[in-house]
Amino acid sequence: MSAVTPLLHLDAVSYAFGPVPVLQALDVRVRAGEFVAIVGPSGCGKTTILNLCSGWLTPTAGTVRRAGRARTVFQHDGLFPWLTVGENVRLGLRHLPPTTERDERTIDWLALVGLEGFAQHYPHQLSGGMRQRAELARALAGETDLLLMDEPFSSLDYLTRLRLRSELARLLHEQPRTVVLVTHDIEEAAQLADRVLVLSDRPARVRDEVTIDVPRPREPTHAAVVQAVHRILTGLGLEQGTPGGAPVRAWPTPAESRSR
Amino acid sequence: MTSAGPRTLPLLGLAGPLALVLVWAAASSLGLFPSSLFPHPGTVARGLVTELASGRLLQDVIASLFRVGVGFLLAIGVGIPAGLLLGHSAVARAAWLPLVNFFRNLSPLAWIPFAILWLGIGDPPAIFLIFMAGVFPVVIATTAAVAGIPSVYFRVARDLGLDGWRLLRDVTLPAIAPQVITTLRVTAGLSWLVVVAAEMIAGRDGLGFAVWDARNGLRIDLLAAVMVVIGLLGVAIDRVLRQLSQIPSVRWGYER
Repeated sequence: MSAVTPLLHLDAVSYAFGPVPVLQALDVRVRAGEFVAIVGPSGCGKTTILNLCSGWLTPTAGTVRRAGRARTVFQHDGLFPWLTVGENVRLGLRHLPPTTERDERTIDWLALVGLEGFAQHYPHQLSGGMRQRAELARALAGETDLLLMDEPFSSLDYLTRLRLRSELARLLHEQPRTVVLVTHDIEEAAQLADRVLVLSDRPARVRDEVTIDVPRPREPTHAAVVQAVHRILTGLGLEQGTPGGAPVRAWPTPAESRSR
Repeated sequence: MTSAGPRTLPLLGLAGPLALVLVWAAASSLGLFPSSLFPHPGTVARGLVTELASGRLLQDVIASLFRVGVGFLLAIGVGIPAGLLLGHSAVARAAWLPLVNFFRNLSPLAWIPFAILWLGIGDPPAIFLIFMAGVFPVVIATTAAVAGIPSVYFRVARDLGLDGWRLLRDVTLPAIAPQVITTLRVTAGLSWLVVVAAEMIAGRDGLGFAVWDARNGLRIDLLAAVMVVIGLLGVAIDRVLRQLSQIPSVRWGYER
């Protein structure tokens, strides 16, 4: 992994809100094309990591190196409510000359996320799931190299969340991107990511690193996904046993030790 | 959601005024009050017609609307930029909001003597008073609107490479538009109240002066007629400004 220059590299990054240390000497490398999910207890600094990746926050120590364009998909209400869905997506195409090409690409992107016919609608006229799809289209439309996702589906109901998850997996299959996903949904992380970083309580450290060596897209009930969910839950201290009543495995796991 | 009632039954809004006129007509026909103190609606209507025919009422209407228009535009022309500056900076807010609040709570009518001393009689003092009535509420409302813009919009704007003038035009202004429109309606209403008081004291024409003139001439029929005109025009101004809230790109501020 270290042989390839990472697209995103958090090099010994620390961050503090005033006197409160949120991150301490965090080291994260994300390769081009990789999907990395970050899970951890609430308030552990997951979103702070994403804000450091996007450049919205500057680390108090260490450096963030990033190649290419980054865009963030937010938890909710990231669309500009005063613009139609089409106009929002069109803003994502600002790198293109303002010709008919922007209009055509807007229509393409809306079709790609299943929102054909909704270009003239305003965000408040759409359901939460449709809004998140539109936001995803706007973020991806910019030929984004790095897609940062801040709990993008957490404000949706469970079934919509499952649907959007598999749509994201399909989209990334067609339009590969490097992704960093912050989530508290462990199943989501295990289904979507190549690698899941399990964080500790504040100040956040990487407690465990779970690699899922099965090609994407995957089903949420794929054995490797279930296995990864179990491993993550164990890493978070929320589960002790192994599935199927196998012997209790003490933390840290062999894989975790290897990743250090 | 908007209620269907007022839209599907536009004539229902006339029930109240009609009832009022009927009660008014009945009260004065029965002679409950001396006619020198309580004009009959018919007399008022005749007075209204003669004033309209003479053209004087129209001149007063134009004079008042001009003063309100200029004072109101000055108030929003100064108030909105000032609110944008204050809204973006907590330091500026800490430094200036106490002063703005002081003037906000100082009745514009208290300025009338100074307005006359400094600016004499006619358009300038009235415009000054309307400006003083409007500018501080606009500053405060705009400041609050800007300070309350969710930071996620600025983060998205940063991702999309919007900055400087484009950030103001494409993010900040549309984000505060619904609240600013509401403030414009309130401020226009306030201006309409103030212009009458200003013209009563510092005017030689305008609807406020017409009220005062009718009172001095003991023409209570004209007094009531001018009052009706003032009220109707105030409603009309608000109706016009309310159309701003029908612009599609600001509907989100009222519907969600």
